Amino acid sequence: MSTTTTSTANRITVATTWLDGCSGCHMSFLDMDERLVDLAQQIDIVYSPLVDTKELPEQVDIGILEGSISSEDDLEKAKAFRKHCTLLISLGDCAVTGNVPAIRNHFKLSDVLDRAYRENVDLQPQIPTKSVPVLLTTVKPIHSEVEVDVFVPGCPPSADAIWYVLSELIAGRKPDPSQVTRFGA
Amino acid sequence: MPLPVPQPNIRVVTLKIDDQDLSAREDETIIEVCREHKIPVPSLCYLDGLSVWGGCRLCVVEIAGQGRLSAACSTRVAEGMHVHTNTERLQRYRRTIIEMLFAERNHVCSVCVSNGHCELQALGQSCGVDHVRVPYRQTPYPVDSSHESFRLDHNRCILCTRCVRVCDEIEGAHTWDVMGRGSDCLVITDLALPWGESETCTSCGKCVQVCPTGALVKQGTSVGEMVKDQHFLPILARRRHAR
Repeated sequence: MSTTTTSTANRITVATTWLDGCSGCHMSFLDMDERLVDLAQQIDIVYSPLVDTKELPEQVDIGILEGSISSEDDLEKAKAFRKHCTLLISLGDCAVTGNVPAIRNHFKLSDVLDRAYRENVDLQPQIPTKSVPVLLTTVKPIHSEVEVDVFVPGCPPSADAIWYVLSELIAGRKPDPSQVTRFGA
Repeated sequence: MPLPVPQPNIRVVTLKIDDQDLSAREDETIIEVCREHKIPVPSLCYLDGLSVWGGCRLCVVEIAGQGRLSAACSTRVAEGMHVHTNTERLQRYRRTIIEMLFAERNHVCSVCVSNGHCELQALGQSCGVDHVRVPYRQTPYPVDSSHESFRLDHNRCILCTRCVRVCDEIEGAHTWDVMGRGSDCLVITDLALPWGESETCTSCGKCVQVCPTGALVKQGTSVGEMVKDQHFLPILARRRHAR
């Protein structure tokens, strides 16, 4: 979101990505509508599905993760975000609780794969092994694998809740998301 | 619950709750006095109109001079008692209790029929539970959809036993009871028959209305549609006592 006219030196850098989620939390982020213009004056989104950068920078101020940890790729991304981000936010119920992706934990992983790739497929039923990340046996919330600083529950958290959390952080305060959002919100 | 007419031999005591000087009848419990004076004390198993169970421990309070915590629902007031309802220690314990309830079974608020109308979800928010620090157990529990009007989802059950008590004490059917121990503990209908085959159930739906979560719901409800109405309970309870 950098513009050519304003210096980006003093802006807070933000990285976001989605793990096992529906991208709804990112859509809720975009639902901040005209407030995004204000936000763009104060933050620089340096890495995100919403921008074009392919590499997570070495040092980022705020990392925002949507989705649960369900595959080896999710786990690597979560670890990378923790390593490179000063402050890490779990955004949404999948990141905070496991939510809908974690419902598969009630079934054996082999049964889940069979259901998706054999039982419901007409043409060439087969379990993919190339170019897709290996699924983990148990879907977990992000804080079960890496330390998380701020939890923003909600499915999805409202644009107002995301705005509140980011505004508080930009102002140098620690937000209390329970004031504005809850599990399932 | 308060009787319609106080007995003449019941005395009044004075006590302090959170530095408020209050008076109460000596047969009242701490939670009753708190509710009368709009002092918020969280609870899940306690419900005005039903007998006291004392199982959820969310209503724990500190009483000056006592090292251990007391459940406000099952502790009577006493002369000179000094009660604290919202200390940092109590907030910490309540938060932990709620987290363990979320971790024990499967409360997926976003897809629950009671989303937005659930007492566990609301208490989670008001007690500042923005994540669960203990690992989720990830154990599936059965769902009983055999009743033509209602559904029982053990995954959402917190074993508050409100259904058991309302069925026994208000409806007088005693269809519900509790079976098993620890994490195997389940509410059951008759002798663990499917609900739809129960011979004692009158299908009155009182259990559904008092259930604090999405464990007991109406058939045919979708996400967030199950709104409960508990207004009948204190009215029926007082009429039963007045007889």
